[in-house]
Amino acid sequence: MMAQPQQPITSACTPSAKRSHAPYLQVNKLWKHYGNFAALKEVSLEIEEGEFVCFLGPSGCGKTTLLRAIAGLDPQSRGEIVQGGQTISRLPPEQRDFGIVFQSYALFPNLTVTQNIAYGLRSLKKSRQEVAQKVNELLETIGLPDMAHKYPAQLSGGQQQRIALARALATEPSLLLLDEPLSALDARVRLHLRQEIRSLQRKLGITTIMVTHDQDEALAMADRIVVMNHGIIEQVGTPEQVYRRPVNAFVANFVGTMNLLPVKAANQQQVRVQSRLINSRSYKSKQMDAAWLAFRPEVAEIKPVGLHLDGNRYEGFSGTVLHTEFMGNFLRIEVSLPEFQQSVQVDVSSQHTDLTLCAPGYQVCVSVPVDELQVFERYNNSAATGAILSGKNEEVAA
Amino acid sequence: MSGVAADGLQVSGGAQERGTVKADKVRLSRQDYLQRGAVLLAVFFLLVALVLPLGTMLIKSLQNTEGEFVGLANFIGYIRNPALFQSVLNSLQIALISTCVVLSLAFLFAYGLTRTCMPGKKTLRALTLLPLFAPSLLPAISLIYLLGNQGIFKEILMGASVYGPIGIVAGMCFWVFPHVLMIMITALSNSDARLYEAAQVMKASPVRTFFTVTLPSAKYGLISAGFVAFTLVITDFGVPKVIGGDFKVLATDIYKQVVGQQNFQMGAVVSVILLLPAVFSFAADRLVQKKQVAMLSARAVPYVPKPNPVKDNIFLGICLLVVSAILLVIGMAAYASFVSFWPYNMELSLQHYDFESVGSSWGYYFNSLEMAAWVAVIGTCIVFLNAYLVEKGRAFEPVRNLLHLMAMIPMAVPGMVLGLAYIFFFNQPDNPLNFIYATMAILVLNSVVHFYTVCHLTSVTALKQIDGEFESVSASLKIPFYVTFWRVTLPVSLPAVLEISVYLFVNAMTTVSAVVFIYSSDTMLASISVLNMDEAGNTASAAGMGIMILLTCLAVKGLHWLLSQQVLELTQGWRNR
Repeated sequence: MMAQPQQPITSACTPSAKRSHAPYLQVNKLWKHYGNFAALKEVSLEIEEGEFVCFLGPSGCGKTTLLRAIAGLDPQSRGEIVQGGQTISRLPPEQRDFGIVFQSYALFPNLTVTQNIAYGLRSLKKSRQEVAQKVNELLETIGLPDMAHKYPAQLSGGQQQRIALARALATEPSLLLLDEPLSALDARVRLHLRQEIRSLQRKLGITTIMVTHDQDEALAMADRIVVMNHGIIEQVGTPEQVYRRPVNAFVANFVGTMNLLPVKAANQQQVRVQSRLINSRSYKSKQMDAAWLAFRPEVAEIKPVGLHLDGNRYEGFSGTVLHTEFMGNFLRIEVSLPEFQQSVQVDVSSQHTDLTLCAPGYQVCVSVPVDELQVFERYNNSAATGAILSGKNEEVAA
Repeated sequence: MSGVAADGLQVSGGAQERGTVKADKVRLSRQDYLQRGAVLLAVFFLLVALVLPLGTMLIKSLQNTEGEFVGLANFIGYIRNPALFQSVLNSLQIALISTCVVLSLAFLFAYGLTRTCMPGKKTLRALTLLPLFAPSLLPAISLIYLLGNQGIFKEILMGASVYGPIGIVAGMCFWVFPHVLMIMITALSNSDARLYEAAQVMKASPVRTFFTVTLPSAKYGLISAGFVAFTLVITDFGVPKVIGGDFKVLATDIYKQVVGQQNFQMGAVVSVILLLPAVFSFAADRLVQKKQVAMLSARAVPYVPKPNPVKDNIFLGICLLVVSAILLVIGMAAYASFVSFWPYNMELSLQHYDFESVGSSWGYYFNSLEMAAWVAVIGTCIVFLNAYLVEKGRAFEPVRNLLHLMAMIPMAVPGMVLGLAYIFFFNQPDNPLNFIYATMAILVLNSVVHFYTVCHLTSVTALKQIDGEFESVSASLKIPFYVTFWRVTLPVSLPAVLEISVYLFVNAMTTVSAVVFIYSSDTMLASISVLNMDEAGNTASAAGMGIMILLTCLAVKGLHWLLSQQVLELTQGWRNR
């Protein structure tokens, strides 16, 4: 949990305040209760102007709840939300400034594409020509100029979602909220629309929050990812930070694949399994005992047994190949490690590896750079939270 | 889960406990106030038009004629009176027999429609709807012509009299059949073809398949249909009134107590007793329907029947028999209304349609038309708007749930009970709404409330099919909810709205039970004049008026069909790709 220090907001609401260093959107200690169940537990977050932020997490983690609280559709139980220097947490949605796109598109089925996009322009009291011009501009922007007089049911899912986006952007809101906008689409359309939304967002420079449960989507699109679980924020960081330096086992496991080996903490640079000491990245040992030793499948290599490894730079784990899976551009090899009574996955390029080593039953050595061996705190009931790496500020090496 | 949270969040453990106590209040916008005002208004409407009258009636049943509280004395008196208590037993007996008969017939018919390849399914289905368009008095009158003392087929009763249980059961079966059939068809349509394929692969015999696959999947539908039939039979007044003879049932008891003996207290007592089975079966039905939802999986493959000449012909025979019976009953009533003087002068004439000559009037028919039109227009507006508030309203959940709950009550209240409750409530001199007593307004109000629940459920179902985020989108676009209601929600729900209005019109045209207590000489209705003419011995004219009601309802239904075909095609072009 990063309860960021609150920054005092000076001279609220003036444009100059926007340009100063106060973040565009601040969420302060937000709680949301449904009966006795807390869907959000004191969540705090800051989002800069023009940023593309993804809320990522498993279903029920509170990401949609947080989005709807920011929109005012399901107001928070307690806490404060400040947007552009103005406290909005107690305003009804129609008095807030945002556009929203839903997974279901929520296009009005009995109105044409033009009428749908122009729907919100009524409230701006614009002339007929201005409205028509604005609609044409938007249709041009989303690349559907000839669809103006069709009904939503006549369009494909991807086209409908683009119309929904145009409708949300028509009133020129300064915050765009996307609630799983791509989840209902085919895989190919989804990939295409990903890029389109991202480039449109860059072009307009509009602050955007997208909720998703798809880690690939979050990694590909976001400037920053907010990983959530059980109503709390586990980690906030760039896609690279979240992927390469997860703060705990939950994030590590949720974003990408992570091998987690049960070990005991020894000192700040080493962990222990039985009598063996294993070098790792430095971590804060605190009072902890049980820990996870973690590495990604792609950082490991398969070596023949008995090959000498530079013990300061690499750690080797000997084991038996269980089976291999051909994944196209790489092979995923499952190796059982008797030392841990557990198996790990290793990804090797299908072109540059000695594939004879990878046949099931072979004795091999899994070699991992010490710099890629991370340590996370381990709780009795497995699904770990709580960061014990030397802090999220220990940035990616580069 | 809580363990994890507690581990990571020492600080927030305490805060969580405090958090549940008090929540931030969100400022309300003008729209919120408007919407909440509308919800409160709707609650107020149902309070005045439904809850307070029923409450008044309950209180009346605990008072003596002087208005003093006497506890359950009236009820004890009722049970101790063997003549009155007999009608409880009679009612139960009639309801049980009719339910069994109509369930078996409807099941066979529905099975034929859904599980065989017999020809003419659509026509057969359409013809079974006929009984819905006439007051329940009409089949009873027709049965008198068919099986009564001077009936043309009276021999088949072998000396037994149709005036009594036989006639009541026959009339009830005719009248209840379409209601039950609709539920049965739905129940039998919800079948998964894969279950039948699995049964076939495992070499189960057709009989075994029927008992292990067909019946279980239709179980809840059968139970639900049973309850509906039971309630309709036990609360109907028209059939036993016309053909019951000396056989007393609860519904006719209320009528006799109130209209005949002016004994309002005892009327209230019988009403409360009549309310019991209705409330019970309503509650049971709700329970059953909740279970049925879980039975339906979205991935079920619909069953498509395969031709089987023997089976198809057997079921065609059964269905033709049922439909012939329906046509015979309707046809008999129509024919009888043209016969000059049954059974002595069988010449056809229009003399029985000269209602003025038998002390009735065509004016009553036009009163009915007027009332049905008002009920359709006002009822549709009120019901649909209220359903919208329940389904699409923002926050204010407890009150919206209350509104929904109140909307379900009328289903459990028999028409006679509601009518009597209206007398008690609106006839009080100190009631500020006393002025609507004995006007068209009270008839309209009563009918809207009487048929409220079905319309409410239809509206809610239609509204549930509309994307739940439309209101959120409008709010984000700063468009007030009422604009979106008018531009999107209402147009999209137009088919359901039309359906409700037709339902209300037809029911207002045919109803007898509720309005029989609250009409006045100026607001005499066609359906009640059927009752009165029959009572006065002008059976042919009564049949004639019944036929007029039937024709009117058919015309409205036809108009509705045309509208859905033609006009909806123009306005609802967006529905098709």
